Amino acid sequence: MSPGLDAAPGIVAITLVTLATLAIGVWGLRFSRTTSDFFVASRTVHPRLNASAIGGEYLSAASFLGVAGLVLVNGADMLWYPVGWTAGYLVLLVLVAAPLRRSGAYTLPDFAEARLGSRGVRAVCSVLVVAVGWLYLLPQFQGAGLTLRSAVGAPTWVGPVIVGVVVLVNVTTGGMRSITFVQAFQYWLKLTALLVPAAVLLVVWAGDDRPRPVDLGAWSTPLAPGGGEGLYITYSLIIATFLGTMGLPHVVVRFYTNPDGRAARRTTLVVLVLLGVFYLLPPVYGALGRVYAPELAVSGASDALVLELPRIMLDGPLGEVLTGMVTAGAFAAFLSTSSGLSIAVAGVLSQDVTGRTRVRGRRLGGVAAFRVAAVAAVTVPCVVALLVPNLGVARAVGLAFAMAAATFCPLLLLGIWWRGLTSYGAIAGLAAGGLGSTVAIGWTIAVSSPDGWLDTLMGQPAAWTVPLALATMVAVSRLTRDRVPSDADRFLVRLHTPETLQLDRG
Amino acid sequence: MSRPWRRRHLGTEADRATFRTLHTASLAAPALRSGLSTDSAERSIRHLHDLLGSPALALTDTATTLAWHGSGQHHTGQSPALARETVERGSTRVFDRADLPCDAAGCEVRAAIASPLVVDERVVGTLQVFAPQPTAGLVRAAGEVAQWVSAQLELAELDASRTRLMEAEVRALRAQISPHFIYNSLGAIASFVRTDPDRARELLLEFADFTRYSFRRHGEYTTLAEELRSVERYLLLEQARFGDRLRVTLRIAPEVLPVAVPFLCIQPLVENAVRHGLEAAEAGGHITIVARDQDQECVIEVEDDGAGEDPDVVRRALAGDATSDSVGLGNVDARLRTTFGDDYGLVVETAPGAGTKVVVRVPKFAPGVHA
Repeated sequence: MSPGLDAAPGIVAITLVTLATLAIGVWGLRFSRTTSDFFVASRTVHPRLNASAIGGEYLSAASFLGVAGLVLVNGADMLWYPVGWTAGYLVLLVLVAAPLRRSGAYTLPDFAEARLGSRGVRAVCSVLVVAVGWLYLLPQFQGAGLTLRSAVGAPTWVGPVIVGVVVLVNVTTGGMRSITFVQAFQYWLKLTALLVPAAVLLVVWAGDDRPRPVDLGAWSTPLAPGGGEGLYITYSLIIATFLGTMGLPHVVVRFYTNPDGRAARRTTLVVLVLLGVFYLLPPVYGALGRVYAPELAVSGASDALVLELPRIMLDGPLGEVLTGMVTAGAFAAFLSTSSGLSIAVAGVLSQDVTGRTRVRGRRLGGVAAFRVAAVAAVTVPCVVALLVPNLGVARAVGLAFAMAAATFCPLLLLGIWWRGLTSYGAIAGLAAGGLGSTVAIGWTIAVSSPDGWLDTLMGQPAAWTVPLALATMVAVSRLTRDRVPSDADRFLVRLHTPETLQLDRG
Repeated sequence: MSRPWRRRHLGTEADRATFRTLHTASLAAPALRSGLSTDSAERSIRHLHDLLGSPALALTDTATTLAWHGSGQHHTGQSPALARETVERGSTRVFDRADLPCDAAGCEVRAAIASPLVVDERVVGTLQVFAPQPTAGLVRAAGEVAQWVSAQLELAELDASRTRLMEAEVRALRAQISPHFIYNSLGAIASFVRTDPDRARELLLEFADFTRYSFRRHGEYTTLAEELRSVERYLLLEQARFGDRLRVTLRIAPEVLPVAVPFLCIQPLVENAVRHGLEAAEAGGHITIVARDQDQECVIEVEDDGAGEDPDVVRRALAGDATSDSVGLGNVDARLRTTFGDDYGLVVETAPGAGTKVVVRVPKFAPGVHA
């Protein structure tokens, strides 16, 4: 596709989203503060609003573009991605949300330090937050390159650079993180940008006498092909996504906004509903793509399906408008998720790295340290995105989930539900899960064409890394049982007692 | 021999013995730093035992055994008597077989050395070392270890008195709710009783809630939401008195309401703003309270457009000068620093005639701080 008239709607949409995002970043803080009525102090963030904000930050390029592309190529077994990304919140709801809120922790390293009273565990957690964050940012930047190439015909390197710059400006000038309302708006923007075109395209499909895709066979089975390996891939994916959600750094910090554990649970419940609605849409694009654009499946550009489909199915201005709409939604998906992740990573970096470094004998102050950290948080994945080959947006995010599942999930589950956890056990388990995941991810990036059981195990590591990390954590904790923190019982009581109960929590 | 570099790296045999001793001592220290109790004694005694290398070791307070480690458990019952005698004497005592009657064959507990644990020149307990023979070396070692334990316990006492000081400061703040404020509020409420009984009733309820919050007994920390609610009540009562002369703007980011803050850390600042910004000025004044979300921190600003102050006076108030009339400024500053560290003191921007702005920064999470 040559740049020219085709590019117009894409350019308009991307410019609009970029300007709006920057404007909100610069003026948003003031905008959110002009309420001067007297009883504002008693107005905490409502679970519904907070849930929309979580949805806005959570739904990334992988959800917006990746799922449809995967369904187009591989069929129904890829529906486990959206299922897992939603069901992760069910695990979060039942086992983690309320106790995590009651712990008073803002970030995952905070939780580790509060629970185990150890700076060592905190440091390991900080490293892992940065690792998971960067791993998650990588596909966002690669997806941005893809979107820009598809929408305006720009070279692939332009996307990561533009998104990187916009995110950096946004994060350093004030950040959109702080404003729940803006994040909530992002969810509804993404939903609309996907829902309206999908509805129109379904009408078109119905008007075409509902053609059915050819060659349905393997495409419609819910397990990955390949017998035992397929079964393993599917289960490993389920484990990674179900258990990885609780370890995503930019999601966890949003729970702090809830006034208490009960509100945290209600927020999670609403998130489940919002995500459930959103994830109905990408498979629609995937299925329509199977009918109208099967050539995309073999071209290797399947991630661009959502962006191409409106133009393929509709001629004229309507197709252009819808293309602009999905492009805007995709760009909003990059910006909101990348901003949230960059802020989470920069926060950890500024607290544990740049905030401790000395420049000419003086310690960097809060804001300066944060800005330096933000530059690092955005630049590193941006550069890596330009260097390493594209794994596919959804698959790369899947690896980030696998790493979160193998590290933070055992820490959170055992930290919240088992009083026997010790700092040594936690460090050993985090190291086992983190190293296992790192090896697997490196292997997957290095091996271009996976073949055989070993590549399968490395491509979907969660099924062995999660049990490995859990077992290590439990075993080492048992061996060092005299190092159980002396306030473990008291801390667990605080985690599990509803706030309405009168109780000395000191 | 397989890794000779390692030997050289760690120094001579004597060096390594020193390192081992220091390391063992450092293991025992954290438990002792929480004071002398059954729990701390049980958690530290194993390391003290390693330090001394005697068959058995006991830690007691002045009358009872807190922990016993090593062989000869059947002697546990005799240790309180040894403790009482040592406390009476106030110095290290050696007990022999006559003081430790025993029927068990091969029992290694034949003699005991009991050293007093002294905190602030007061004997709080004893360290008892049991061995087959009371050698001079063991007596010396027992005395040294007892002194080291005493030093740790004194540090614990220091921690405790610092906590008590913080509590006393909170109590002082409660007592500082000025009699004038109570008198003026009740006066203002009284003036509404006839003209607007409903408003008078509402104000009275606000007054009741305000005092209940300010005088509450438990908890060093509260949420920013609670603290701001109390500030709101306070301002309502002041507005009843000043009417239109007191104008207030609150801009609170709802995201920071759950942050845990030291109890009564904002209200005194607002009271200051009202007093300095308003009571002198005939035309009245404007108070702005802002709470912002700044990623890992929450920033609270209390600003008035009143007379302002000489920065030197404020500096003295922050340094703890009691003669200053900036109520509670130094107190709030001190408590913020003790809670969150020296990076989190108050920042005051002021000059004569330019109003005053007080900035509080609070981390969203600090270990041990929860509402």
